[in-house]
Amino acid sequence: MTGYLITGRPVPTTHQTCTDQRFSRVPTLQLPKRLQGRGTQIIGRYGHPCMLTTLEQSAPGWRSRLWADRWIYLFLVPTVVLIGTFTVYPVLASLWFSLLDWNGFGSAGAFVGLANYQELWGDRLFWNAFSNTLVFLAFAVPLRVGLALFLAVILNATFPLVRVFRTAIFLPVVTTAAIVGVVMRYVLDPTSGPINLVLLNSGILDQPVNFLGRSSTALYAAIGIWVWKWLGVTLIYWLAALQTIPRDVYEAAEVDGANPLYRFFYITLPMLTPFTIIITLITVIEATNVFDLMLTLTGGGPFYGTEVIDIFVYRQAFTANIPRLGYASAAAIFFGVCFAAIAAVQAVALIKFRARRRSS
Amino acid sequence: MTRLMDLKPTPWGTVRFLALLTLAIIWTYPFVWLVSASLKGQLEIFSKGLNLIPDEFLWSNYQRAWVNAGFSVYMFNTVLVTAGTVVLVVFHTALSGYVLGRYDFIGRRVIIGILAATLVVPVGVTIIPIVDVVSTLGLINSRWGIILALAGGAQAAAILLYAGYFRGLPKELEESARLDGAGFFRIFFSVMLPLAGPVTATVSVLTFLAAWNTFLIPLVFTFGAPELRTLPVGMLAFVGTNETDWSGMAAAATISLLPVVVFFFFVQRYFVEGVAGAVKA
Repeated sequence: MTGYLITGRPVPTTHQTCTDQRFSRVPTLQLPKRLQGRGTQIIGRYGHPCMLTTLEQSAPGWRSRLWADRWIYLFLVPTVVLIGTFTVYPVLASLWFSLLDWNGFGSAGAFVGLANYQELWGDRLFWNAFSNTLVFLAFAVPLRVGLALFLAVILNATFPLVRVFRTAIFLPVVTTAAIVGVVMRYVLDPTSGPINLVLLNSGILDQPVNFLGRSSTALYAAIGIWVWKWLGVTLIYWLAALQTIPRDVYEAAEVDGANPLYRFFYITLPMLTPFTIIITLITVIEATNVFDLMLTLTGGGPFYGTEVIDIFVYRQAFTANIPRLGYASAAAIFFGVCFAAIAAVQAVALIKFRARRRSS
Repeated sequence: MTRLMDLKPTPWGTVRFLALLTLAIIWTYPFVWLVSASLKGQLEIFSKGLNLIPDEFLWSNYQRAWVNAGFSVYMFNTVLVTAGTVVLVVFHTALSGYVLGRYDFIGRRVIIGILAATLVVPVGVTIIPIVDVVSTLGLINSRWGIILALAGGAQAAAILLYAGYFRGLPKELEESARLDGAGFFRIFFSVMLPLAGPVTATVSVLTFLAAWNTFLIPLVFTFGAPELRTLPVGMLAFVGTNETDWSGMAAAATISLLPVVVFFFFVQRYFVEGVAGAVKA
């Protein structure tokens, strides 16, 4: 909404600086008290662009507004019901469930306060899952984001087959993670899997490696497969981001004789900062959702070596002899809160950066 | 467009080309291997693992997966669940995206805030209450339960996509439609929704892929109903009992992945637009 009005008198608009000398001394007027917070509607305006006179209609009360907007609320019903039931309610319910000792969907839970959290604190397997998730994040996110940026800079050009290369790297993205997980068990098989055969035949290895069967390598093998599978999405993000840098910036740099490395670190990277933050945020979120791949690839083994938080929760809730739904909820909530903190820091960084760019 | 000049090989151009070619081969190799293994005999896989062309094309592997292992049923379930989810998601996200993008009303900011927050909720937090709710509704061993849970899980991106598009449409559209006597419903269904075709395409494509590939919800919803398993759930069950049947596994995986890969090649444009739009917004 532009300037406020007292009908018949021109009022300076608040959102732009007026360069017209005649109006520079007019103070910004406040909306009269009687109209404040009532959603006053402006129905027309005339006059100098910096000094609009607006015709307004006094605001209707909130009750009549709700009634006038009834169709709008009707349109929201399906979304509110679906997302309310299957996303918003579950988050709140999990908080409550985490305070229960509850052994199955059929039975009733008993309130135990913070006992589940207390038990988590001393549960070595929980901290193992927690740290596996962090290791996964720490290696997989920079690898995927960095490799994709590197490829995007190369593929952001015109040369033969460039589209074929992009499509090839994108291909794993559309495939089913859970099926990829199963297939990769066979591809990485120590005796007959093609990866080991290639490494043995080419002389890189003299003994087959059971990548998924050793707890020292399984997590890193999973990270590699995850990066391979999802790299194409990040590549598309970066390509879209690179399109936003105007060509003449590079042309100017080229005239100045800047080499490609200099151009990358001093032009491309700084100009991409807001994208870097959001792409990293998206990738961090995705890196905590690796249940499909992990369950089918290793099931969390060997010896809990690849058990990430989601697998821990799943095991406690669905595959244990005695399901522990409250305990599983507590683990999910505890990790969810830690994770929300990470995401919030990144979101705040993004907002701050945008504000700074706008003001400068 | 490639000009002739660009085709002249330069040292950097050649290195770049060879490096990218290697990368593209690594990226697609597992799928080539999979298709090859799906046509080989059991012994051939073990004795000539790296030879990608089978001695003889053994289509019987596919028959074994499709009929004996039940992948025809899993395919049927996956198609139903995916189709149902796409329809339901387009329906509810278009409606809410329209009003959120075009109207100012009491509660709008709250709804947008909640939607944005749902983007960062890990799936581990929601799965137990979802199973609880769906069992209470009596839909735990049913395709409807899966469809509802999928359509209600984190569709904020689709809603925001619709909202952004509808916000950009000119105001005159509604005004002229209103002068013609169209009400709120008519304006939406006969003026606005048809105009949003590109967004509907993008949302459908993204939802299709997400629903086809989804795993956790169909997994926990079909513990007690093997006949309702979807392809990835069936795949896990299959290798659980037939671990040594490499060619059967490969045929089953090829059957499961082929539709989604073919689909992707046809609708690549919408997919890339949708994904790229998410970052720009």
